[in-house]
Amino acid sequence: MARKLPATDVVVIGLGWTGAILSHELLQEGLRVVAIERGPWRDTASSFPPGYAPDELRYAIRNGLLVQPAQTAMTFRNKPGQTALPIRAWSSFLPGNGVGGAGVHWNGQTWRFLPTDFVARTHLTKRYGAAFLPSDMTIQDWGVTYDELEPHFDRFEYLCGTSGTAGNLQGKIQEGGNPFEGPRSRPYPTPAQRQPYAATMFAEAAKELGYHPFPQPSGNLSQAYTNPLGVTLGACTYCGFCERFGCGNYSKASPQTTLLPVLVRDPNFEARTQCEVTRINVDRSGTRATGVTYVDTSGNEWEQPAAMVLLCAFQLFNVQLLLLSGIGKPYDVNTGEGVIGRNFSYQTTSTVEGFYDNRIFNPFIASGANGMIIDNYNGDNFDHGPYGFVGGGYIGMIQTNGRPIETTPVPPGTRRWGAAWKKAVADNYLSSIAFFCSGSEYSYRDNYLDLDPTYKDHLGRPLMRMTFDFHPNEVKMSAYLTDRAAEIMQKTNPRQMVKHPRTAPYSVVPYQTTHTCGGAIMGTDPKTSALNRYLQSWDVSNLFVMGSSAFPQNAGYNPTDTVAAIAYWSAKAIREQYLKHPGPLVQA
Amino acid sequence: MLLPNSSHSYHRRRVLLAGVSSAVFGLLSGDAHARTIKGALPWSPGAAVPPANAQTGPWRFFAPEEARAVEALVDRLIPPDEKVPGGKDAGCAVFIDRQLAGPFGHASGRYMQPPFPAGTPQQGDQSPFTPAQLYRHSLVALDRLSREKFAGKGFAEIAASDQDTLIAGMESGTVQLGTADGKAFFEMLLQNTKEGFFADPVYGGNRDMAGWKMIGFPGARYDYRDWIDRHNQRYPLPPVGIMGRPAWNSASN
Amino acid sequence: MICHRIGSSLAAAALFVVLAVGAAAQTATPDPQDFSQIAHGRYVAVLGDCAACHTKPGGPPFAGGLAIETPFGNVVAANITPDRDTGIGRWSDEQFIRAVTQGRAPGGVRLYPAMPYPAYAKMTTRDLIALRAYLNTLTPVHNRVHSNQLPFPFDIRLGMVFWNALFYTPGTFKPDPHKSADWNRGAYLVEGPGHCGTCHTAKNFLGADEPSRYLRGFSVQGWFAPNITGSDHVGIGAWSVQDIVSYLKTGVNAHSIASGPMADEIEDSSSHMTTSDLRAIAVFLKDQPGGETPSGQAMATDDPVMRAGEAIYTDECSACHTAAGTGVTRLFPRLSGSALVQSAEPTSLIHVVLEGSRAVATDPAPTAPAMPPFGWKLSNRQVANVLTYIRNAWGNQASPVTAGDVSAARRSLASNAP
Repeated sequence: MARKLPATDVVVIGLGWTGAILSHELLQEGLRVVAIERGPWRDTASSFPPGYAPDELRYAIRNGLLVQPAQTAMTFRNKPGQTALPIRAWSSFLPGNGVGGAGVHWNGQTWRFLPTDFVARTHLTKRYGAAFLPSDMTIQDWGVTYDELEPHFDRFEYLCGTSGTAGNLQGKIQEGGNPFEGPRSRPYPTPAQRQPYAATMFAEAAKELGYHPFPQPSGNLSQAYTNPLGVTLGACTYCGFCERFGCGNYSKASPQTTLLPVLVRDPNFEARTQCEVTRINVDRSGTRATGVTYVDTSGNEWEQPAAMVLLCAFQLFNVQLLLLSGIGKPYDVNTGEGVIGRNFSYQTTSTVEGFYDNRIFNPFIASGANGMIIDNYNGDNFDHGPYGFVGGGYIGMIQTNGRPIETTPVPPGTRRWGAAWKKAVADNYLSSIAFFCSGSEYSYRDNYLDLDPTYKDHLGRPLMRMTFDFHPNEVKMSAYLTDRAAEIMQKTNPRQMVKHPRTAPYSVVPYQTTHTCGGAIMGTDPKTSALNRYLQSWDVSNLFVMGSSAFPQNAGYNPTDTVAAIAYWSAKAIREQYLKHPGPLVQA
Repeated sequence: MLLPNSSHSYHRRRVLLAGVSSAVFGLLSGDAHARTIKGALPWSPGAAVPPANAQTGPWRFFAPEEARAVEALVDRLIPPDEKVPGGKDAGCAVFIDRQLAGPFGHASGRYMQPPFPAGTPQQGDQSPFTPAQLYRHSLVALDRLSREKFAGKGFAEIAASDQDTLIAGMESGTVQLGTADGKAFFEMLLQNTKEGFFADPVYGGNRDMAGWKMIGFPGARYDYRDWIDRHNQRYPLPPVGIMGRPAWNSASN
Repeated sequence: MICHRIGSSLAAAALFVVLAVGAAAQTATPDPQDFSQIAHGRYVAVLGDCAACHTKPGGPPFAGGLAIETPFGNVVAANITPDRDTGIGRWSDEQFIRAVTQGRAPGGVRLYPAMPYPAYAKMTTRDLIALRAYLNTLTPVHNRVHSNQLPFPFDIRLGMVFWNALFYTPGTFKPDPHKSADWNRGAYLVEGPGHCGTCHTAKNFLGADEPSRYLRGFSVQGWFAPNITGSDHVGIGAWSVQDIVSYLKTGVNAHSIASGPMADEIEDSSSHMTTSDLRAIAVFLKDQPGGETPSGQAMATDDPVMRAGEAIYTDECSACHTAAGTGVTRLFPRLSGSALVQSAEPTSLIHVVLEGSRAVATDPAPTAPAMPPFGWKLSNRQVANVLTYIRNAWGNQASPVTAGDVSAARRSLASNAP
C-alpha cells in the first residue's frame, strides 16, 4: 500500500530538458514543484569530469549513461501481425536516464523545424493534391504555427547560448546562414563554431553545385556565455566525446549547465532521484489527475498528491506511462481509433562514406554539433512533383567523433578481420569521412505504440510494444537525399565512395538516432490527438505532456529545439491562462 | 522570527581555526527514502567513479586452456606484424577476460526475461545466454571441433591457416560449434577483440596504446581548440590514456 | 536599503563612534520596538557571520551544537538563542557584551578563542547592542550544549587567563585620523566583526595571531587562507577595489572564483554586505603591507619536472583552464598571474587537485562550477609535477611542490574526512 505524502502544487515526472524548463517556469509563479526522476542525480564534476569522461568503452559502447533495459525496455516488430520481441540491449536508439536526461549526452544539434513542417498536411495537400500523399500516411497539422513558436525557439537558444549564423533575420535572408529557415527575431547568442577540414571541404563542393551551405546550429558553444539566468557556460574544446557522453567542461548546453544551478536554489523546488513513477493517478471521474505513485530503490511505494502533473519523461516513456495509467484512449491499429500510441515516427538517416588519399581529416577533433549543412532538400524546400515522395532532410558533413571502436572505416570488400583489415584500418582512419542525411519520417496507420501482451518489466507491468517500419515514401526520400549527398562528395574527388541509403525493413540493430516521436500527439481534434495545442491532455485537464511525443510526425531535423519551444509555449499558456482558470484551455 | 540570513543553502559550516568540512548535501528530513536534492548542488570531496583498473595478474574468468585459445583467436583476428602488435600482445585476451569477469560478462543491465524465441534479424539478439556463457560454451565446442579436425590438437596448437579456416567458417555459419551458435560467438568475439584493441588501456587491452598509435588517435584528450583550424595537418602529440602517459613522469622520477 | 543607509552613515560616523561609546551606553539599549535597531543587529550578525558556528546545518538558527575543530581539540558552539535555560536569555546586555568582546561568560567562565572575541573586542557598543536586540527576537530553542570538549589540559578554562594576558588586547576599534572614512570602516570590519585574521593571519603555537604576519596567509588543516594584503605578487595587489567587491559579493571576478571555506563565508556573510562596506574592506586590504617578494627565478621550462608537469597540464587541465592558464571568467579560475597559485604555501592547491572543490553559488553568479578530484588519477609525484609547472609557467614564479608535500596532504585529508 503506497504511503501518502503531503500534497504539493506540481509534480514533474522526469527531470530532463522539459522537466527542468517547466519546473523553472512554474517556480516563477511561486508554485511548489517536486520533480521525480527515475535515474540518479548527475553533476559535471562527479559524473563526467574530463578525467574519465573520454572513455569510449564505458559510455559509447557499454551505454554508461543510458537507462538499462533491465529497468525498462520495450518490444519491437516491423508490422502488425508479427510477434514483437524485446529490445534486449539498446542500439538503434539510446534512451537517456538520470537528472538532465538525454540533455546530458545529446550532441547539441539545435534545429528549428520549418514553418511548413507545422502545417504539413495542409501545405502538402495544397501544393501537390491529396492524392500525392500515400493513403495510409497519417500526417497532421500541429495546431500551432512557427510564428507562434518563434519567441520560444529564441528563448531556448538564448538559454543555451546556441552557436550559429542566422539565415533569416525578420524576413531578410542573411549571407552565410540557412536561407530556408523560418524568420528569426534576432541572431544567435554566440557565433558559429569553427569547422574542421572535412566540413569546409563539403561546403566548398556544395557551393560549387549551387547550394547554400551554412554552419550547423550548435549547443556546444563557440565561446563562453552567461545566460539570462546568470548561469555561465564555457567554450567547447572539440574533444570528440559528445553524443553518449556528458560534457566535462560546461560547454555543452544541458539542464546541468543552463538551469539546474538556479532551480536548486529556489526553496520551492525539490528533486527526488532514483524514484520511478509507476502511475499517474486520476480521480474517479477520470478527468482530473490527483498526483503520482512512485517506487524508490527499496521498493517502497509512495503517493505524491499534486494539483498539477507534468509528464516530462521522454517520448517513449511518456507514452508508456499514459498507457499504463489508463489515460486517454489507446490506439487500435485495426479500427484506427484511439490516440495514445498513435502516429509514432522516427527519423530516416543515411550516409555516404568517402575514402581519400593524402588527406588528414583528424576525425577526433570534433564537436557534436559542428559541421556544414545544406537545407536545400529539407521539408518542402524543393518541388517534389517529379519524384513521387514527400519529406526531405538536411545533408551535411558533421564531424562528431573519431572514436576508434566505432570508427574503423574500410573499403567495401575488405575482410572484417585479419592482416588486410588491420592494414586497411590503419591506412584509412585519418583519411575517411562520411556525409550525413537527416531525413524526415512521416506517420502512418501501422506505425504505433501499444502495450505488449507477453513481456513485463521488473515491476511486473507490460512493456510497451513498438510497431514500426520505413514506408516506401521514406525509402524513396532517403535514396534521393543520399544521391544528392553523393553528388557533393563526388566533387571532392574521393578515391572511393560508398552510398548507404536507408532501406526497409527497419532494424533495431544498427544505431541510427534517438529521435523517436509521436504517440501522444498534439492537435486540434481529440479524436486524432492526445493533447490540445498547449500540450494539455484532452482527457485530464491538469495533465500536460511535454516532449517529442507531441509531434504528429517528425520533420527532417533533430527534435530538441522544437521540443523546448513547445514546452515554453505550453508553459506560457499554463502561467497566463491555466493557473488563473484551471480547466480545459481549448474546447474540443 | 527573523531568519538569520536569506541564503537558501544548507552548507555545513566551515570550521574556524582549524580543519574545514566541505561536504555539502541538501537533505530533506523525513521523506520518501529518495536521494532528495534541495537548496544547493550536492557536493562531496573526492567524489568520483573512475573506471576500475584492470590490473595485470592472473586470469579472472578464463581457465588456462581457454585463455590460450582466446589469445590465439585474437591474434588471428588482429595478427601481429613488424610495425604493430597483434591482438595477443596488445592485451585483447586480457581485456576480454576482465570484461567477462565483470558486468558485461553477466549481461548486467540487459533485458533477460523469457521467453526467448528466435526473431527476425531486425529484432536483434534474442539469445538467453550471457556473454560469459556464450564464451564458455563456444570455447569448449571450438576446442572439441579443433581436436576432431586436426588430429587431437586444440585451437591454440594448430597452424595459423587452419585457425583462419575455422574462424572463417564460424563467420559464415558453415562451421557448426555443436549446439553453440558459432556465428553469434564469432560476432561477439570480433567485437570484443576490436574493443580490446582500441579501448582505453585501463581496461587491460590496447597495451602501450598500440591500437591508438596505429591509427593516430590521440586518446583521452579533451582540448583541441588550437587544432580545429589546422586543416590537413597531422596532430603531433602522442596518445594519452585515462591513467596517463609516460611523459607525465619526469626523468628523475 | 536600510542596511545600505546605515552602512554609509556608519562609514561617516566611524570617527565619532569612540567618543560616543560612553554616552551611547545610556541610549543604546536593545528595544524590541526599535525595528531599525533590530535590522541593524541582523546586519551585524551577517558581518560577524555568527551563524557559521552558532547554527548547526539543518538546525534551528543560532541554537549552537556545531563542533569547532581546533588544533587543541573540539569546542562546541553555544546556544545563543534567548532560551532562558540553555541559551543566553538570562544574560544581561553587559554580560553579553563582555562575552563577545572579552571572552568572559557569566559565572567567570572564560571562552576559548574559537569564539573570536579578540577580534570582536573591537566592535562598537552600538553594534553589539543592536546585535543583542536582534538575537532577542529569535525563537528560543531548548538545546543544552556542552561547549568544552577539549582534552586535558586545554579543558582547564582558567588557562585562558594566561593566554589573554599574552595575546588579548582589549578596547574598541580606534580609527586612524590620517586615513579615509572608507579605510577606517574597512579596518573596523576586517579587524572587528569580519575577523578575517582568524583565518588569514598566521598563528603561533598557542593559537594566537602573529601580528607581523597580519593577513599574510595561514594554512589550516588542508586549506591555505591566502595572503589578502596589497602585495602584488603574493597578495591581492593586482586586484582592483571593484575586483575585491565583486569577489566578496558574487564569488567571482576576473581573477578568481571562490570555493572551499571562502565559499561558505561569501554565501553566508559577505554576499549580504552592502557594496559600500565591501568597498571599505577592499580599500583597507589593499593598503596592508604584504611581505615577501619573490626571490629567485621561475623553474626552467626544460627542467624534467616542468616537462612532466606540462604534459599533465596539457592532457588534464587545459580543457578548462586553457593552455595559457587564463581560465574562463565565472567558470575556471585564472592560473597565470594568480597570487593564490603562487602562494608560499601550496596547501589549497594540493587540496583542490586531490579532492576537487565546488565554487560558491550566489544569486548573481549561480553556476557553482566544480573542480573534479584528481587524487584517484595522479600519483603524489604527478600532482607535484603539475603544480610545480602551474606555479612556474606563464610568468608565474613560486617554490616547487614535492611529492612529500602531496603525500602529507593526502594523509591529512584522509584523517579529516567526516
